[in-house]
Amino acid sequence: MTARDELPVKDSKTRTQSGYIGKSEPRANAKRLLQGRGSFIDDLRFPRLAHVAFLRSPHAHAKIKSMDFSKARAAPGVIGVFDGRAVAEYCSPWIGVLGHLKGIKSPPQYPLAIERACWQGEAVAAVVAETRAQAEDAVELVAAEWDPLPAVIDMHESLSGKVVIHPEFEDNICFSRQIDNGEVDAAFKNADVVVEESYSFGRHTGVCLEGRAILADYNAGEHMLTVHHATQAPHMMQDIFSKHLNLPEANVRVICRDIGGAYGIKVHVYPDEMCTAALSIMLRRPVKFVADRLESFLSDIHAREHKVTVRLAATKDGEILAFDLDDLTAIGPYSVYPRTSGIEGNQVVNLTGGPYKHKHYRASLNVVFTNKNVTCQYRAVGHPIAVALTEGIVDLAAQKLGMDPAEFRRRNMIPDDAYPYTGAAGMKYEVLTHHQCLDKLLSLMDYKGLRAEQAELRKKGVYRGIGLAAMIEVTNPSPAFYGVGGARISAQDGATLRLEPTGMLTVLSSVTEQGQGTEGIFAQIAATVVGVTMDKVKVITGDTSTTPYGGGTWASRGAGIGGEAVLQAGKALRSNILDIAAAILNVDKADLDIFSNEVIDLASGESKLPLAELGRVAYFRPDTLPMKFQSELMVTRHYTPREYGFTFTNGIQASLVEVDVETGFVKLLKHWCVEDCGTVINPLLVDEQIRGGVVQGIGAALFEECHYSEDGQLQNATMADYLVPMSGEMPDIVCGHVESKTRTSELGAKGVGEAGTAGAPGAVMNAINDALSSLGARVTTMPFTPERVLDALGKK
Amino acid sequence: MKAPAFAYAKPRSLAEVCALLDERGETARVLAGGQSLVPMLNLRVAAADLLVDISGIESLRGVSVTADRLCVGALTSHREVEQSAEVARHAPLLAQAAPHIAHVAIRNSGTFGGSIALADPAAEWPACCLALDATILTISKAGKRSIPARAFFKGLFSTDLRPGELITGVEIPLTPGHRSVFLELSRRRGDYAIVGVAAMAKVQGGTLQDVRLAFLGGGDRPLLAVHAMKAAEGKPPLADLGPALAADLSPMADLDTSARTKLHLANVLARRALAALAG
Amino acid sequence: MDHSLPLTLTVNGTRVTSRVEPRTHLIDFLRDTAGLTGSHIGCEHGVCGACTVRVDGLIVRGCLTLAVQCEGKTVDTIEGLSDSGELAELQQAFHERNALQCGYCTPGMLVAALDLVKSEPDASRERIREHLSGNYCRCTGYQAIVDAIETVLAMRRTTAKAAGARP
Ligand SMILES: Cc1cc2nc3c(=O)[nH]c(=O)nc-3n(C[C@H](O)[C@H](O)[C@H](O)COP(=O)(O)OP(=O)(O)OC[C@H]3O[C@@H](n4cnc5c(N)ncnc54)[C@H](O)[C@@H]3O)c2cc1C
Ligand code: FES
Ligand code: FES
Repeated sequence: MTARDELPVKDSKTRTQSGYIGKSEPRANAKRLLQGRGSFIDDLRFPRLAHVAFLRSPHAHAKIKSMDFSKARAAPGVIGVFDGRAVAEYCSPWIGVLGHLKGIKSPPQYPLAIERACWQGEAVAAVVAETRAQAEDAVELVAAEWDPLPAVIDMHESLSGKVVIHPEFEDNICFSRQIDNGEVDAAFKNADVVVEESYSFGRHTGVCLEGRAILADYNAGEHMLTVHHATQAPHMMQDIFSKHLNLPEANVRVICRDIGGAYGIKVHVYPDEMCTAALSIMLRRPVKFVADRLESFLSDIHAREHKVTVRLAATKDGEILAFDLDDLTAIGPYSVYPRTSGIEGNQVVNLTGGPYKHKHYRASLNVVFTNKNVTCQYRAVGHPIAVALTEGIVDLAAQKLGMDPAEFRRRNMIPDDAYPYTGAAGMKYEVLTHHQCLDKLLSLMDYKGLRAEQAELRKKGVYRGIGLAAMIEVTNPSPAFYGVGGARISAQDGATLRLEPTGMLTVLSSVTEQGQGTEGIFAQIAATVVGVTMDKVKVITGDTSTTPYGGGTWASRGAGIGGEAVLQAGKALRSNILDIAAAILNVDKADLDIFSNEVIDLASGESKLPLAELGRVAYFRPDTLPMKFQSELMVTRHYTPREYGFTFTNGIQASLVEVDVETGFVKLLKHWCVEDCGTVINPLLVDEQIRGGVVQGIGAALFEECHYSEDGQLQNATMADYLVPMSGEMPDIVCGHVESKTRTSELGAKGVGEAGTAGAPGAVMNAINDALSSLGARVTTMPFTPERVLDALGKK
Repeated sequence: MKAPAFAYAKPRSLAEVCALLDERGETARVLAGGQSLVPMLNLRVAAADLLVDISGIESLRGVSVTADRLCVGALTSHREVEQSAEVARHAPLLAQAAPHIAHVAIRNSGTFGGSIALADPAAEWPACCLALDATILTISKAGKRSIPARAFFKGLFSTDLRPGELITGVEIPLTPGHRSVFLELSRRRGDYAIVGVAAMAKVQGGTLQDVRLAFLGGGDRPLLAVHAMKAAEGKPPLADLGPALAADLSPMADLDTSARTKLHLANVLARRALAALAG
Repeated sequence: MDHSLPLTLTVNGTRVTSRVEPRTHLIDFLRDTAGLTGSHIGCEHGVCGACTVRVDGLIVRGCLTLAVQCEGKTVDTIEGLSDSGELAELQQAFHERNALQCGYCTPGMLVAALDLVKSEPDASRERIREHLSGNYCRCTGYQAIVDAIETVLAMRRTTAKAAGARP
């Protein structure tokens, strides 16, 4: 029996179900996007809409001596010009800390910096005008005087604390953490082989094609703020607007329509967005802010600037004994609200060594402030770093031991029958399938064949490399992720299902859609569980005034948590429908089933009552039903994962590259990913999540880096200078799956959205290093530019 | 990211263009394809009071051939050059280089003359013009000029163009019997090159004659590698032109690539280009 | 100072007359004046391709084209190419292959893809990747897009062959 056959969505005696789960159904909601009929924030048209542009600090660290708005105020089309003090009267500051990250600290942050700007690009004044062009014209007319302050740019310099950025603190350390499990020193002492390497990860960013966007519309008559927002977490933002703008929760409505990419970038609180909402209240009219590309580079969160030294101890038989690492990461001048900028580093120390069964683990983490743009959670948070340094050092150990890297991994991976299992870092895994995934990967890619080909080509002076990267991934987080730390971020999600009079099914969910296919898979689950065809289902998401309360879309949680809520609501609705059918038909409920929009006789499969007829009776002729019977055709259910802190998933990737050892150019030939996300609800969508994620990971490995000058100027804030992966250089990506369902839910789905990004950089790095190994060269600083490859080769 | 305000004029004749440019001086800028000027305006790194759109001057458009030269009109788009049968026949170097310029949508708008006028050191056309020993034709109220490409490019985004002067076209001497090779290294397809080479030579019995090597990305302007050309002249393809190139080129470091690496890459390309010419 | 000029052009088959500031690029004009919000803005400096539209039959960057440069010209956008059915095969293939996620790049991607499908019926996978090299997509990783275009090209070749085989 395949995993899909055992799905619990129907009673076992049912023979008639047409299940959509596990089918590659195209997404219904993609059709409008294909015709350019989506509605992104910037597509909305409002009367009296005002546009805002911001004056941003040209310095990495400076006191604002004075700002003269007189010329700007007089410019054509200008409605108002405001500084930090003016906006602070309407919007209170926030502090990005969490209770369970012990000792984390950050200063209060305001919508517009008031006395001091702490990074180049921090907004210090807002100009509101009739058009965006007029607002930009007027920004140029603001006369600002600055007193530059010493800027801390380098993370080691920050750690040294010679210059302290925030006067209220004694040092620049935002957060630090130590883990020391087992007997690490003894393990290294007794090891036959010890390898050590330092890895460096370039600060990069999300580059959503649609910039951050918000249209805040305050109605003074109702004292009501409606925010059209490109956010992944509408309820979280509702709570935050309510709290910081001092409005009753019920008077804030957050609506998310189409969103042009998010990947974690659009789940944070941004000062310029808070400012836009405040301006709408101040001006009593709708105000729109869409970050242009320059602003995006300067103010969208960045991520992943880490320098890590890692050591691995092993026996001569190839048994890994211990990992020991020291991670230093720089996050900019503020910890971002409300998720904090401590989580990424925290994930690195939680996840390193994750796939392996070593017993000893030590990690030290320092998260420090710098005068660069802030960093925070971006797709796969911490995973790409943990995976790359784990898999990098594992390859190095295999090399030193003279073992094949695949074989070395096999010896050390946690056995597939060992679960539940607690890893050396203290993470609890419910069920993982490292060995099945490894086997599947090796056969999918024809590992042996590729190795033979590699050896052949090497003789001809062609340098091919094969790199593996096994991974574990955090998905379906429980309240242990944020809630326990005091953040008002929901770990639960809800779904409401309503059978309409014509037999159509409306699904409302608190999870949001940014193109992952959330709405599509919810339709599949709902249709399957209730017994209707897909064309009957309409899914609504992204509106705090209509959907159930919930967390939204982040941390690979939509399908696993939101999907389970849909499943549970569907089961309840189905039962209610059968109650009504039993009443109408005057038969036993247990003898009925629902199939293809009709109530049928369970035994014979004979059609008894179309749902449209049932709906007609229930809504318009309830007088014909038994006296005490009340039909309930709308049902809401919620789901919170609680048994485990996270529903871990696993997978493994492989990359095949060719390095031109004369030019240092790396050509990606092919990429493979086998992973286990539990129940695969829609293979088409899952594979595309992986592929998109892999390419983002490749971006980190080969192209993407925010370059800062020594005085803290971002030097490549355009798409011409900040290189993202484009179609011409990307490889085809082969996907495979192993399905071990989580037993924490009936649906059995784990997350998948971040897997690709988590593993790709490590796989590409190992592939390059495999290609270079016979030349005694190794790269460890991402992104691997031709220059860095040539450096490693000692050419030039 | 909206451009600052400017006025716009679209003259119907060359005389009108010249008069406008003369009258408005530095405050006016020629608008050809707009593929470099418009992004600079949008980014507010350039400004102008007046844009003089020359796209209405039909005489500046197209490729023509005479007995001994090929003329590419200033308004000929990159794409037209890429697809021109005359270019493929008489100046294949240009056809080889064209696909490296940006992407189809940009090649449809961007013009040959615009690229020469802009004089980006990493651009393809200026280096090709050097390799082909082309002549830049200009016009202004003061009259017409013909400027050899080797005297035209003066420095970073700087040329021999005088205020109020317009490029009308480029003349390329026909060189039947020459082979040409265009190679460049860019991180992604269509990006400006880190470094590239436009190479030409005749091949006689395995040796290269009349070798011309022009580099893009080799300095603050496109550069003819005279020492390297001399070193390669009359020989079978050389494996190392490093010392000669060090004398010819002085690459500028960019964010990802140091000057030294660029020099190294130029040497790799030169070797590959010579081998390809001979092969 | 008001530099605005009268402008008449044909957008998706309809004549549009308006006054525009010269600095207004074609995409802002299409979105704000013509109300056609299907073409998107991703960078406004020519790199991302989200603004790809057709002017007089050729694909161009809408953000690097001034609206005033389009006087008397014919502009086709995703909306018009959808309504006319010109994009139907590609749209269906994109849909079936899930060659879009957030859909923000999709209008530009489709207009660029159509250009290739029309001009290079035998384009290889490599050529498809090359042709799209100026269109950024952060969501898909490109493979599904390449697959979808490949499918349409193959379909068209089969249809053309069948048509050619008929007496
Ligand atoms: C994303 C992107 C990638 C690109 N990649 C490349 C690349 O790889 N290689 C490359 O070579 N180019 C590249 N370009 C630039 C492109 O080729 C431009 O088309 C070209 O550089 C300028 O031509 P244009 O006709 O668009 O000129 P415009 O932008 O109209 O003008 C450019 C400058 O030249 C002046 N000018 C234009 N025509 C004349 C004339 N006839 N006489 C006098 N002055 C004139 C203008 O006043 C202006 O100062 C890229 C552009 C973009 C947006
Ligand atoms: S918006 Fe025009 S290319 Fe990006
Ligand atoms: S589908 Fe989101 S950018 Fe392409």
